[in-house]
Amino acid sequence: MLSVTEHKEIEFSADLISKFEEIVTRYPKGKQKSALLSILHLVQAEYGWISPEAMDKIAAFLQIQAIEVYEVATFYTMFFLRPQGKFVLEVCRTGPCCLVGAEKIMHHIENTLGVKEGEITADGNFSWRGVECLAACGMAPVLQIGPEYTFYENLTEESVDKLIENLKNKR
Amino acid sequence: MARKILLENINVPGIHTFDVYRQHGGYRAVEKALKTMTPDTVVEEVKTSGLRGRGGAGFPTGMKWSFLAKPEGIERYLVCNADESEPGTFKDRYLMTHIPHLLIEGMIVSSFALGAKTSYIYVRGEMMPQIRILERAIAEAKNAGFLGKNILGSGYDLELYVQPGGGAYICGEETALIESLEGKRGNPRIKPPFPAISGVWACPTVVNNVETIAAVVPIINDGGEEYSKLGIGRSTGTKLISASGNLNKPGVYEIELGLPVEEFIYSEEYCGGIANGKRLKAVVAGGSSVPILPANLILKTINGQPRLMSYESLSDGGFVTGSMLGSGGFIAFDEDQCIVRNTWNFARFYHHESCGQCSPCREGTGWMEKVLHNLENGHGKLSDIDLLVDVSKKIEGNTICPLGDAAAWPVASAIRHFRDEFEWHITNSKTAMEQNYGLANYADSLPKLEEAIQN
Repeated sequence: MLSVTEHKEIEFSADLISKFEEIVTRYPKGKQKSALLSILHLVQAEYGWISPEAMDKIAAFLQIQAIEVYEVATFYTMFFLRPQGKFVLEVCRTGPCCLVGAEKIMHHIENTLGVKEGEITADGNFSWRGVECLAACGMAPVLQIGPEYTFYENLTEESVDKLIENLKNKR
Repeated sequence: MARKILLENINVPGIHTFDVYRQHGGYRAVEKALKTMTPDTVVEEVKTSGLRGRGGAGFPTGMKWSFLAKPEGIERYLVCNADESEPGTFKDRYLMTHIPHLLIEGMIVSSFALGAKTSYIYVRGEMMPQIRILERAIAEAKNAGFLGKNILGSGYDLELYVQPGGGAYICGEETALIESLEGKRGNPRIKPPFPAISGVWACPTVVNNVETIAAVVPIINDGGEEYSKLGIGRSTGTKLISASGNLNKPGVYEIELGLPVEEFIYSEEYCGGIANGKRLKAVVAGGSSVPILPANLILKTINGQPRLMSYESLSDGGFVTGSMLGSGGFIAFDEDQCIVRNTWNFARFYHHESCGQCSPCREGTGWMEKVLHNLENGHGKLSDIDLLVDVSKKIEGNTICPLGDAAAWPVASAIRHFRDEFEWHITNSKTAMEQNYGLANYADSLPKLEEAIQN
């Protein structure tokens, strides 16, 4: 859900703006709105989520109505509309992955991190959620971690433990 | 070993780079098309090949191309559909990861054939690593003069861009993809007008799957006639099959269309049989949307003929005893899998992915998920089974796009073929929470099943 509790001005960096500008050139003149999905991904990579203020800024940059950004950001499931853990473990929960143990992996992650789906660990490092098919069914079970969407395949409880340990030590 | 024309060089070290790809005959199709052919002769060659859309619908590609409107002074676009999201399908990810230049080369030749000066590859957002790979490949191709202005001195200009999606299955539907490419929600459009007349930014547009575009490369290199000799009947050429589930060797395989299903599952060249020495219970042969078939019906048609991996053979028997080749997402279920649980899982998927535009799909998928969830968790009633069939029938054919059908078919087919398992779940709800129904008679010889269907 999109909710505005307090308004905090944000400023996109010059580097980010120049990336936006390059993306706009990929589309015909006047069709700059097409850059919206790419821009939302860049903003999420920078801030970890997409705040209403960020959406307003994007709308201003693209010279479109704010609602045109809201409706897109809320439609696509990859965009986080509230802050997340530093690492978001997204585990595929669809049929083929479940045939080879994805549900067990999700239970294991829940127990290991000690938080329910969608919640953030106390240290702010982790959150997790089940997502729909990631098109990697031959390497199932799988999970991904943004913003680069690195893939971890053929998961076992042991490999998940190791992954979480490695991420804890990563700064 | 069967002949491979897409994945022939997939194991060559460094094939993802321009130089190695080029050394192995890469970009010959671009040279041939731009230097010795006209756009129309490229389209003719693709028509001759009999190539059919590899994304799921199986529509003849050459015919789709010939529908493209070509009004003077209006841009035309080619958009590659790399929004691979159909559960069970992961061939496009494989192709883009390991041999990205095959897709780039196919995009150049196809764009030339259609007269597109700017083309886009719409990749699902979760495939960020593949987006980086494609962007690097595009930069390499541009550096070598295969993209940009006046390609190979032919006077033909082409720019190629990659756009990420945002995690929405529906954007694999071509008009939803076009909406998304325009920076909007992925709500499918009402057809007509078809994209060939009015697509992206209301310009004539062709949308093709990754594998379809890649197949244009061998078609131009060897000729449409040669390509059409591969395969069987109207299923020409080769197909990438994504094999998953309880198989010894899941993965992506390039098969010549017409390969017996039994050989695909059990031979060492392909999947190597069912994992852990178990028996096969059921198969979803073309991605989660197509009807699930019990083992006996996937191995043989109702007439006792061996079932083949082809558009025609997999759909033999219609939806009563057949299925579809679809996207080639081949999901195998062993004897210990629960059909009810899997059907609930797929129903949840379609409910989650419905764009919400059409009431039958938005509401119907939700009800199917809820009823199946009750059933799976021991709160079902026998009348729920007919209720599910009823809801699925009210979705099917009553929506703007095929997602409604795709949501209805898995539920309807699971009940059609595994009704006894659904009933057992309800009448033995306590036991069903602890153990599965098992293999039952799904692997038995056909006459018994024929009888069952007649009853």
